[in-house]
Amino acid sequence: MSGFEPVLLRNVGVEGVRTLKVSESRGGWAAARKALTTMTPDEIVEEVRRSGLRGRGGAGFPTGVKWSFLPKDRKHTVLCVNFDESEPGTFNNRYLAEHDPHLVLEGILIAAYATRADLAYIYLRAEYHELFHILQRALDEAYAAGWFGADILGTGYRLECHIHRGAGAYVCGEETGLIESLEGKRGWPRIKPPYPAVRGAFGRPTVVNNVETLACLPAIIERGAEWFASIGTPGSTGPKLYTVSGPVNRPGCFEAPLGLTVRELIEGDDFAGGMAGGRKVKAVIPGGLSVGILTADELDCRLDFTDVLNYGLLGLGTAGAIVIGDDADMRKVLANTARFYAHESCGQCTHCREGTGWMARIAERIAAGAGRIADLDLIVELCGRMGMMSGMSICGLPDGAAYPIRLIVEKFRGELEEAIGRQPPGYTERYIRDRIPSVYALPVLQAGAAPARERAVPA
Amino acid sequence: MAWKAIDRITPADDDGDAPVLSEAVREKIRSFFPRYPEKRAALLPALHIVQDAVGYVSHRAMRDIAELLDIPPAQVLDTVTFYSHFWTRPRGRKVVVACRSLSCHLTGAEAVIEAVKRHLGIGEHETTPDGAFSFVTEECLGACEQGPCLLINERLHGRVRPEDVPRLLNDPDNDRLDVPRSDLYDGIRGPTGEMEGRA
Repeated sequence: MSGFEPVLLRNVGVEGVRTLKVSESRGGWAAARKALTTMTPDEIVEEVRRSGLRGRGGAGFPTGVKWSFLPKDRKHTVLCVNFDESEPGTFNNRYLAEHDPHLVLEGILIAAYATRADLAYIYLRAEYHELFHILQRALDEAYAAGWFGADILGTGYRLECHIHRGAGAYVCGEETGLIESLEGKRGWPRIKPPYPAVRGAFGRPTVVNNVETLACLPAIIERGAEWFASIGTPGSTGPKLYTVSGPVNRPGCFEAPLGLTVRELIEGDDFAGGMAGGRKVKAVIPGGLSVGILTADELDCRLDFTDVLNYGLLGLGTAGAIVIGDDADMRKVLANTARFYAHESCGQCTHCREGTGWMARIAERIAAGAGRIADLDLIVELCGRMGMMSGMSICGLPDGAAYPIRLIVEKFRGELEEAIGRQPPGYTERYIRDRIPSVYALPVLQAGAAPARERAVPA
Repeated sequence: MAWKAIDRITPADDDGDAPVLSEAVREKIRSFFPRYPEKRAALLPALHIVQDAVGYVSHRAMRDIAELLDIPPAQVLDTVTFYSHFWTRPRGRKVVVACRSLSCHLTGAEAVIEAVKRHLGIGEHETTPDGAFSFVTEECLGACEQGPCLLINERLHGRVRPEDVPRLLNDPDNDRLDVPRSDLYDGIRGPTGEMEGRA
């Protein structure tokens, strides 16, 4: 990437940058000082709106616009920092905060000041143990230096910031699920409206922002909205952290302007450096599991907020690419994907709870070599009925389940059908009979489902 | 499955009359109250603290927490059973969590999971007879670039190969963090400390 200087990852590899002293010597916290001492909250909101910054957590909602939904006459505001990061293939926030915790904290202070929040919670997923200690120690140091607490920089502005540890639930990454979990309840997403901006955590106006989104703020304050908007593609401004996992030479987290092609991300020398062990790309899940899948012919897809839609994907997601090599069995990829959503469905909405479980069982059967061609149609039909009717479920989890599952079946149908065709005759029936004998206890199904050849032989 | 109880979260049969949490544990839980506008929001921290100190969250501990937080015990149970991180019956001193999501799957997680089961001689959600290890698999641990990965208590091990598993599990320091700890949470106690939190 010629001419691009890393913005978010500029401190990676700098000795001791987890400490406040080194962070400040590298220009850390200067933007927060500028924001608090020379700008009003509304000026910051306007600057962020003009920068075109869109949320990096998956939905891509414009951050400045989100902030402007807060009621004007509010007394208390809560800022929730979404560090639940549970989307398979996504680890950019962990990588960023592990290397530069003070950049994240500085972004939190700027966002809290802009939204006039007096309470900030970092909702950190439970599995990030090491990161918790890194972040908590950085927070302690920032508190001691007066960046949090009462009367920050003598401006009279007060902000309390705490890390709230999650306990292992994907759905807590959904903003209202996160708020419920913060309040000590099960992480069941809420029906909206009211939106969190009006009535969120503890009944107060609440903003939920992703970590990477907040980490963009210091650079926007320091270098201006125009500079930020000049990076990336139209409608998708700024730098982005891309992550790559799977059988590539250099799996990891990389920074580039929005609009990088999938091919560049996988094959570029500055990025993942090509496939490992002489494999070829068979498929790529480009933005975290929920966005869907690209075939090897679709690698020119640009990772920004618009081009991904041309490939039938749900959206940019988190730009966390999972690369699938030509040695992988798509039946197993399908089963692994379906199982994830069945495990993580919160169980509130019937079609999601039952639908994801049903799809997982069908996909598991296909992966076990007992699939039927009709199962593929059934899955596509289920994805239509269960997920695609937007607005019919409390949160976006069933949409996020339906996209990858449907696209795997649609885009890799040939391979799946071929695998099903190679199964020994009668195996599906034997597999089902072994596992769900009750199905065969029903005479109607027995007559309809068992092949004629088997029925002719008396038991 | 967040809405479906699995076997290891069947509450242990130790719902006695006497409170189970020590004063030190209660005090630590109370120290989290000022962080939230409502006391009940300290429930997740309280559950972490109890699990760190006692090893798991028993029915009796749930009642104690409910009393501390002024909420019905049913609300505590409701929250506990939603999250896969909490155990409601005794577990091994070291909990081995294997990631089974797609990135790890593609880089060889299945073989690693089999190697762990073979080495420990237990299946998923089970604990070794000597109480040293419990084993579970989880969805994405957020360390996809290091796949396949294993979490042993607080410590993440990346790029694990099946042949590394015996050496890794036999290493007494396999759960030690490389970074300095914050003292806000204690983490899972060592072999002698597991009952310290009890009254």
